[in-house]
Amino acid sequence: MFTLALHAARKTPADIIAENFSLLALALLSFGAVIFLIFLIASRTSVKTQEWLKYLVFLVPSILLLVVGLIYPAIRTLILSFMDKKAEEFVGFDNFIWAFTIPEITVVLTNTAIWVVTVPILSTVIGLAIAYMTDRMKRPAAIKSLIFMPMAISFVGAGVIWKFVYNYQPRDDKPDIGLLSAIFKGLGLTPPNWLLEAPLNTFLLIVVMIWIQTGFSMVVLSAALKNIPDEVVEAAMLDGASPWRRFYLVSVPMIRATIVVVLTTITIGTLKVFDIVRTMTGGNFQTNVIANEMYSQAFRQMNYGQGSALAIILFVAIIPIIIYNIRQLRLERTER
Amino acid sequence: MTSLINKSLVKSKAKNVFSSPWAAFAAWVIAILWTIPTFGLLVTSIRPEKDINNSGWWTFFANPNISFENYNQVLFQGSTTNPPLYQFFFNSLAVTLPAVIFPITLAVFAAYALAWFEFKGRDFIFFSIFALQVIPLQLTLVPLLQLFAKGLVIGDVTVIPDFDITGTYIPIWIAHTIFGLPMAIFLLHNFLRQIPRELIEAARVDGAGWFTLFSKIVLPLSVPAIASFAIFQFLWVWNDLLVGLTFGGGAKEVAPMTIRLAEMVGTRGSGWELLTAGAFVSIIVPLIVFFSLQRYFVRGLLAGSVKG
Repeated sequence: MFTLALHAARKTPADIIAENFSLLALALLSFGAVIFLIFLIASRTSVKTQEWLKYLVFLVPSILLLVVGLIYPAIRTLILSFMDKKAEEFVGFDNFIWAFTIPEITVVLTNTAIWVVTVPILSTVIGLAIAYMTDRMKRPAAIKSLIFMPMAISFVGAGVIWKFVYNYQPRDDKPDIGLLSAIFKGLGLTPPNWLLEAPLNTFLLIVVMIWIQTGFSMVVLSAALKNIPDEVVEAAMLDGASPWRRFYLVSVPMIRATIVVVLTTITIGTLKVFDIVRTMTGGNFQTNVIANEMYSQAFRQMNYGQGSALAIILFVAIIPIIIYNIRQLRLERTER
Repeated sequence: MTSLINKSLVKSKAKNVFSSPWAAFAAWVIAILWTIPTFGLLVTSIRPEKDINNSGWWTFFANPNISFENYNQVLFQGSTTNPPLYQFFFNSLAVTLPAVIFPITLAVFAAYALAWFEFKGRDFIFFSIFALQVIPLQLTLVPLLQLFAKGLVIGDVTVIPDFDITGTYIPIWIAHTIFGLPMAIFLLHNFLRQIPRELIEAARVDGAGWFTLFSKIVLPLSVPAIASFAIFQFLWVWNDLLVGLTFGGGAKEVAPMTIRLAEMVGTRGSGWELLTAGAFVSIIVPLIVFFSLQRYFVRGLLAGSVKG
């Protein structure tokens, strides 16, 4: 069963599916059976036994998985980032010096910086605008669903969708099938070869991420806007504040904390963006970002040292956000 | 969390209508703009190949020519080296089910322990798990993959043996379980803490052990929170590319649809007729889940990101 991949070449898809699903059924059934048995036995033990058994059953499995699966690998990656390609010898800071000096990689870091600045801000601004516009609408559900929908689509799927929008027709005698080119020609302009031209292409990829993340910020910010006490809004109205002044003098300050949460969440997601770039340009034409470069260093070129160094750089960029979030969480807990 | 949602539901009814028609109009324009790319994909996928390559999808309405041949091609035609998409569809299912069930089960357990067991170091563990939420996957990929491939040997001591599971679903399941755990524990913990203390204490006084308490009271009460997170994890796993790519060991027999789709984009051979149909097959399941369970999804989203 475990070696099914090795001799699968002779099998039909139906055979493979049947085999895979028996493994699936086996896994689910044995998982369920183990848990059922544990509960059956554990609930019959004495009160004293349960006092320690409860930790073993409820808490230890998760902690073990997190230590072995996240904490140990993270530490190991840190060590690998100071080692050579094959993880045999220590090379000091060479991998980091490489990352910040080789032009190819500085392009990657610059692009990542552009992503991290533009995506969170634009997604949040557009999301907030829609949330505010629909805040007092009678039936905003349809609008919100449509804008929220890309959240359910995979980055790969989104990549295909937008690659089609950006499709470029090199021949003059054939009609355009890409929407953007057609619009350009309709306006009497000559469309560029969208995904090949830097730095335009990076921004076109960024549009895809904004398209996905705006729904998230809209939903969360819209809930926060709804949470502003009616009296506050009404008082501002009675004072004769225009909708625009109400927006930035009342609404925005009152949901400031939520705006920060949305910004940081999208920032983390953007730093890790990988699928969009990989699907749409493969990181070519100067569109590469750190998460994609990390993957190709580590798993295509089997260059563990430099791949790990890129992962560490990615992590260091996130650390301030982690610290900020923990502080917020602590504050909230003490407030209770 | 729940208070926020309840309020927002009540509010939307209580507030009188005061929206300017311009704001509504602008919102509709944005919503339509947001939908056009996906709509174009759907329209293209049901056009004959010749039409797709010779005219824009927007001309479809002047000259409606419907064909499901693209779906037939992409789903069922293939070879052993290039399997048809339906095989990957089933792979996605087989990857997703355990990758949703495992982390949720373990997370409900851990959340219960962190919310209701009194012990030293509880806050430390909780804050650590909270911090782990934002660890980028990239930071763990290489060592975790080596763990799956070779086990873990320190000196002469085999801490984790090599189970020879590369090229099966098992590493993908375990990886998704690990990556899903921190957020699942955090969300469910927030929810379980809201169970009234009196309820727990009354059950304890009646002689319910920690295990009975869990299965008779805590678990039934946490079903809505579990549902919210399940949708989250489902969308995350179904749409994932990185974990499948890294931990699938490159085996087509276990590769989910996203991998196949990414591969089709990469190879010049696949035209738009196959790509659009393939993409639609891969996004239809999450879209159905999303539209039918949107309320739970939003609830989970708010619990995770709106503090308070």
